[in-house]
Amino acid sequence: MTNFIDRRLNPKGKSLANRQRFIRRARGEIKEAVQKSLKDRTVSDFAKDQKISIPTKSTKEPRFRHDPTVGGEHERVLPGNKDFIEGDQIKKPRQGEGQGRGKDAAQGGEAEDDFSFTLSQDEILDIFFEDLELPNLVKTSLKEVKVLSWRRAGLRTSGSPNQVNLVRTMRNSFGRRLAMRRPKEDEIEVLREKLLMLRRDAGSDTDPEKKQHILELEEEIAKMEYRRKWVPFLDPVDVRFNAFVHEPVPTSRAVMFCLMDVSGSMGEREKDLAKRFFMLLHLFLKRRYERLDIVFIRHTHDAQEVDEHTFFYSRQSGGTIVSTALEEMQKIVHERYATGEWNIYAAQASDGYTQTGDASRCVDLLNQELMPMCQYYAYIEILDEREMEVFSSEESGAELWRAYRTVAKDWKNFATKRIAKPQDIFPVFRELFAKDGAEAKA
Amino acid sequence: MSELLFTGGEWDFALLKRVFAAIEDVGLNDLKLDVYPNQIEIIASEQMLDAYSAHGMPLMYHHWSFGKIFAREETMYQKGYSGLAYEIVINSNPCIAYLMEENTMTMQALVMAHACFGHNHFFKNNYLFRQWTNAEAILDYLAFAKKYIAACEEKYGVEQVEAVLDSAHAIMEQGVFRYRRPPRPSQAQREERLRKRQKYEEESFNDLWRTLPGTARDMSADLAAVDEGEVVGSQAAMNLPEENLIYFLEKHSPVMKNWQREILRIVRNVAQYFYPQMQTKVMNEGCATFVHHYIMNALYDRGQISEGSILEFLHSHSSVVMQPGFDDSRYYGINPYALGFAMMSDIKRMSEDPTPEDRDWFPDVAGKGNWRDVLKHAWANYRDESFIQQFLSPKVMRDLKLFAVRDKTEDPVYTVAAIHNEAGYRKLRTSLARLYDLATHQPDIQVVGANLAGDRTLTLRHNRHRGIPLAQNTKDAVLKHIRRLWGYNVVLEEPEG
Repeated sequence: MTNFIDRRLNPKGKSLANRQRFIRRARGEIKEAVQKSLKDRTVSDFAKDQKISIPTKSTKEPRFRHDPTVGGEHERVLPGNKDFIEGDQIKKPRQGEGQGRGKDAAQGGEAEDDFSFTLSQDEILDIFFEDLELPNLVKTSLKEVKVLSWRRAGLRTSGSPNQVNLVRTMRNSFGRRLAMRRPKEDEIEVLREKLLMLRRDAGSDTDPEKKQHILELEEEIAKMEYRRKWVPFLDPVDVRFNAFVHEPVPTSRAVMFCLMDVSGSMGEREKDLAKRFFMLLHLFLKRRYERLDIVFIRHTHDAQEVDEHTFFYSRQSGGTIVSTALEEMQKIVHERYATGEWNIYAAQASDGYTQTGDASRCVDLLNQELMPMCQYYAYIEILDEREMEVFSSEESGAELWRAYRTVAKDWKNFATKRIAKPQDIFPVFRELFAKDGAEAKA
Repeated sequence: MSELLFTGGEWDFALLKRVFAAIEDVGLNDLKLDVYPNQIEIIASEQMLDAYSAHGMPLMYHHWSFGKIFAREETMYQKGYSGLAYEIVINSNPCIAYLMEENTMTMQALVMAHACFGHNHFFKNNYLFRQWTNAEAILDYLAFAKKYIAACEEKYGVEQVEAVLDSAHAIMEQGVFRYRRPPRPSQAQREERLRKRQKYEEESFNDLWRTLPGTARDMSADLAAVDEGEVVGSQAAMNLPEENLIYFLEKHSPVMKNWQREILRIVRNVAQYFYPQMQTKVMNEGCATFVHHYIMNALYDRGQISEGSILEFLHSHSSVVMQPGFDDSRYYGINPYALGFAMMSDIKRMSEDPTPEDRDWFPDVAGKGNWRDVLKHAWANYRDESFIQQFLSPKVMRDLKLFAVRDKTEDPVYTVAAIHNEAGYRKLRTSLARLYDLATHQPDIQVVGANLAGDRTLTLRHNRHRGIPLAQNTKDAVLKHIRRLWGYNVVLEEPEG
């Protein structure tokens, strides 16, 4: 007897539990690998499914194995002989280069290579954002978004006629009629019929008994009719209306502005650090918003919008006027991203130098134009390590830094940070977006 | 008899049933195969990936190592480095075969012939499977194992359970009985033990002792000593040397709790269930491949499948049995499908169309026309090692251009020990057969001593195969695992030679 069973509809993902166990076990290594891979990815596609390699340290499964390189003799049988004859000698590859690399080493010993597999987007992101939360998201974004929509909110007793909920209304009416014993039309009809018959029978007969009967019937009918009037079929208390409330929905769109100084003073190292920061911010926003645009604005003494590759890799010489970038950003916002529909985030990276006097212009622009429309503005100053020591205090710094500190005092959603080496980025990022960062700063 | 069963690549369940019936007809009436009832399950590709990761079993306890395999297979599959197997078949009764939804009708036919008749016949008839596995009970046992381990995780924590499983997996290869069933005390022995106990109690009975404080405990300790004399005390009673490390630890580890012992037992039983498959890769795949090749050709000869279909079949068949040479970039060791199929086809050839050489080498087969019986006898009574030793013909060695290379560690060169010529056939055959003896790649490690009276050191011995020592790095890691299970010091001897 042969059975055919269609199992295609059975639940998939039976291995999920095992996979989760594996990821939990290798968590440390996976985390490291994900962070390392930041460097080679573009800002926007970082969060896609991604193949990573981890060292097999914590997921090693040791077994007893022979090691023929140390001692003893063994014989192998291979297919595909071409011109060997018995007694031929083949030189061994030198220690360390041949052994273990050839494919048949896999038979003898477990290869010690890294273990590669694909992490899904969700898994990558979970590793990133374990306990981070967007700043002020609940408070600010819900308060400031202007888009409202109607949402059903149960029933109420008043409203316009086109919103009458018939089912509920009739249900109420029916219940009330039952409770108040409202006579039915049929019942009255039966009595009327009876009365008619009696009257016809009686004719001119003046039998007092019959008359009495007719009178009783008439009285009863009148009573019932009165009751029917008194208990109406539909009473205003029965009527129910569908209720709608007008409530704001968070906009699902966001735009992220990346502003960077690309003048000569920003070298490879500075740009690399900036890129990592932008990536992290992008990842974060990507998770929150259905649609996320990125605008790259680079500036020297003059600012322009560019594509990502140009932004990070092409060089341009010139002076440094930071305010040009802010003006460019403001222009783009006005043209393309009306604040009511877009959540605007901005991240600016710079080495902290700008033309003398420009810093105050920046502060004005921020205070008056940009900050009111931004959800969040992060300023990252990239220093070298020597400078980091010089400017160890928050208060001291170059002109731009000092100027921006005054902005930060007025706006909770404005953050400034300094970083000097890749290791600084993640802690900084965490600090910027830490759940209670806003409170701490306030 | 000559109506085409199907023409296109599409399939549905009614068609599968018709084709299965035709295959069954060839399998049972022509090849006279003897199979378990079949249960054929159609699954989607994700489900195939799921099935891969847990030894191909439909039920398995949870462990991260299965997740690791899954992660790797999934990546390989998604990146297109490897296709999925067309089928998975489980040694159970009824014999469960998974067919992939994506297969064309021709492929489904191939897979049904391969799994439901080839593998199925082999599982049911080969002596190793008959002796060591219980096809009736395996699924129930795995269901129990899964539930038991899940319950342990609930009760003692995932980490605790994982630690035991990790350690047990590390010595899984040393967790099988190769030559005998686990010893079980016979009824007589049990009675004897009971009797001894009573006797001791009677002899040492003194009512005065009852009045002394603390003696009750002493007495039970003495009694335990009597029992231990039977089961754990003496070296002889532990049946040393013991080849099955997991069994030994399960029975005699001084530190483990009962649930931990039960987990060891589960791992040991799973290892034992798969042990025959490891010894019969060439034969099992060869048998299945030979059977599907024969059945598909028979269907074609009967006019039941079209030319297009047989060509599709041959294309996939030939890629399955392809054997790249040692210097080919695709070389990955000897392909068990290729070797098994070549040897079995050659038995058929010798039986029907022998050369003088065959008459010399295989007088019982050559020209006798009884290849069905010879093959069935071989499938039932041999494993890879003995099958190759017995049936590898010079023609197959020539066709595969086999040659043997000797590698002595102290020599600066490899030496070609034998090639496919008159002088080399026998040497080559013995060399190859030895390679399929599991002892050549699975180290032979036995428990030789357990000092229970003293510091409880457990002594293991590695019996070197041709002087080859154990790899140092994994050896230490595995010993750490054994130490965890044993609870005390563990030493591993590796006598030279």
